[in-house]
Amino acid sequence: MSIRVASDGLKRRVGWAVHDGLVLTRRNLLRYVRIPPLLVFATIQPVMFVLLFRYVFGGNIANLPPGAHAYVDYLMPGILVQTAIFGATQTGIGLAEDLNVGIIDRFRSLPTARSAVLAGRTTADLVRNLFVVLLMTAVGYLVGFRFQDGAIRATLAIGLAVLVGFAFSWVSATIGLAIKNLESVQAASFIWIFPLTFASSAFVPIEGMPGWLQAFARNNPVTIWANTLRGFTLGPRYLAFVNESIGGLVLKSGLWIGLILVIFVPLSIRLYRRT
Amino acid sequence: MTEPTIVVEGIKKRFGNVLALDGVDLEVEPASVFGLLGPNGAGKTTMVRILTTLLSPDEGHARVAGHDVVHDAEGLRHEIGLAGQTAAVDENLTGFENLEMVGRLYHLPRAEARKRAGQVLERFGLTDAANRTARTYSGGMRRRLDLGASLVGRPQVLFLDEPTTGLDPRSRLGMWDLIRELVKDGTTLLLTTQYLEEADVLTDRIAVIDLGTVIAAGTADELKTQIGGEVLELRLSDRARTPEAAGAVIGLVPGGAKVDNNTGQITLPVGGNGPAILTEAIRRLDAAGMTLDDVALHRPTLDDVFLALTGRETEGLETESAPAGPRRERRRRRGGEGRT
Repeated sequence: MSIRVASDGLKRRVGWAVHDGLVLTRRNLLRYVRIPPLLVFATIQPVMFVLLFRYVFGGNIANLPPGAHAYVDYLMPGILVQTAIFGATQTGIGLAEDLNVGIIDRFRSLPTARSAVLAGRTTADLVRNLFVVLLMTAVGYLVGFRFQDGAIRATLAIGLAVLVGFAFSWVSATIGLAIKNLESVQAASFIWIFPLTFASSAFVPIEGMPGWLQAFARNNPVTIWANTLRGFTLGPRYLAFVNESIGGLVLKSGLWIGLILVIFVPLSIRLYRRT
Repeated sequence: MTEPTIVVEGIKKRFGNVLALDGVDLEVEPASVFGLLGPNGAGKTTMVRILTTLLSPDEGHARVAGHDVVHDAEGLRHEIGLAGQTAAVDENLTGFENLEMVGRLYHLPRAEARKRAGQVLERFGLTDAANRTARTYSGGMRRRLDLGASLVGRPQVLFLDEPTTGLDPRSRLGMWDLIRELVKDGTTLLLTTQYLEEADVLTDRIAVIDLGTVIAAGTADELKTQIGGEVLELRLSDRARTPEAAGAVIGLVPGGAKVDNNTGQITLPVGGNGPAILTEAIRRLDAAGMTLDDVALHRPTLDDVFLALTGRETEGLETESAPAGPRRERRRRRGGEGRT
């Protein structure tokens, strides 16, 4: 009997946690509706990256793997991962903003689920990232990119990119809650995010890098995610070339995402409780 | 005997080396308005944050509406509303959306949240601005919206942390009216303020807090009696006749007068009879052919409270965050005498 009551209580708590998280997700997304330039600038930069990389570097990248007819086919999976990670920095910036105006104090004084502020923020940023990634893909299509292995794998590729962004939202939340000052949060995010995303296979094959950098890039999770996306978009010829199965790549990608979540979800929640 | 709505026992809170609260005890009766009065850094906000479950005390206990603030924080959050020092509203949402969101976060059904949002906007004179984003609101409107947000859940106990700090004099008076209106519903209210005048106008009981301890408590009248009620200050044109003038007026008050022969200043604690004693003092001095450079009758200010209770001037008071209202008010009442 008491077990049933407890599990009913748990069910209700989880229900309210989802409810509260969605209320705050909506609140965070309305910001983009109210200030359209925010979304415009959030999308212009990634779209500009696609065009710049496609046309500036496109003719000069050697060693393209089989399956990639042109550089843009190689580029798109990598740049989607990179964009999702960059987009995730907004999570920490948004939280720092909320802390500074005192609205987080209001949320914390309400009978709202303790998880709701962080869940609402990371979910809203996931939706925003999805929008940006879809728009980039559309632009990629205009400049020659093609999914070569069907709609299901195309969807999985987009899904993985957005999931990577979601995991990094929690890293960003941890940074935002730890540092709190808006400008510092912004600066602190880009210090690690540039080397992480550029010293990988996201933009160019790592074979052209010096040996010491290759060692880092090869084990960089960004390389694993970019390659997994390529497995989805470029198809079997690419997989055979890199000597990986799609299952193996997905497993490795999932483990890295899981590792980040396992570390940074509890860490950010703990910081949130203390602020 | 009903249990007090707020019971605070021996609360201590330390931040690093700073002891923000050093053993505070308080009791607030149901359906009353309680004022926590003190300068910046006295510990007022820390106390409010503990009572609203935002901070845990290091020592001591506190119960609000029957809920322990630490062990039953979750239950307590259903019973309280908080409006903090900054207007904690979302600039990108409309007034209506802000209130609806808070209602939903109190776990009200959507229709009920919307109904109450409409009622609160109406009550606070924000109906016309309901569908504008809060970004376009004036400072006073934001504060009203913020206060409104704290009421959407129809809390038993309401906490207002310096509700008028930073407001212009007119918005301040408007806020006072709103607060007085709220109390009619039987809500228990705890507010913090730096201004004795505000505590006097709005509260039933006051605790004066300084350096993390309660240094005086009682009704506004009790406190004023404790520090001598109103004060009459006279400054003679002819300083040489100061003792003569003091002799003429000293009989008007039961206590003694403070006489400064160097400046020609005579200070009389006049209790509640300020105007009558002022008139009589001027009549007597006039009859003796003495003229005055300055006359000031003022209610005890927070400075006076502190001077009386602690023997030191307040620090950090009336910095740029303080509204112009009371300062101007005081200058006028003091006749520009300006103690520094």
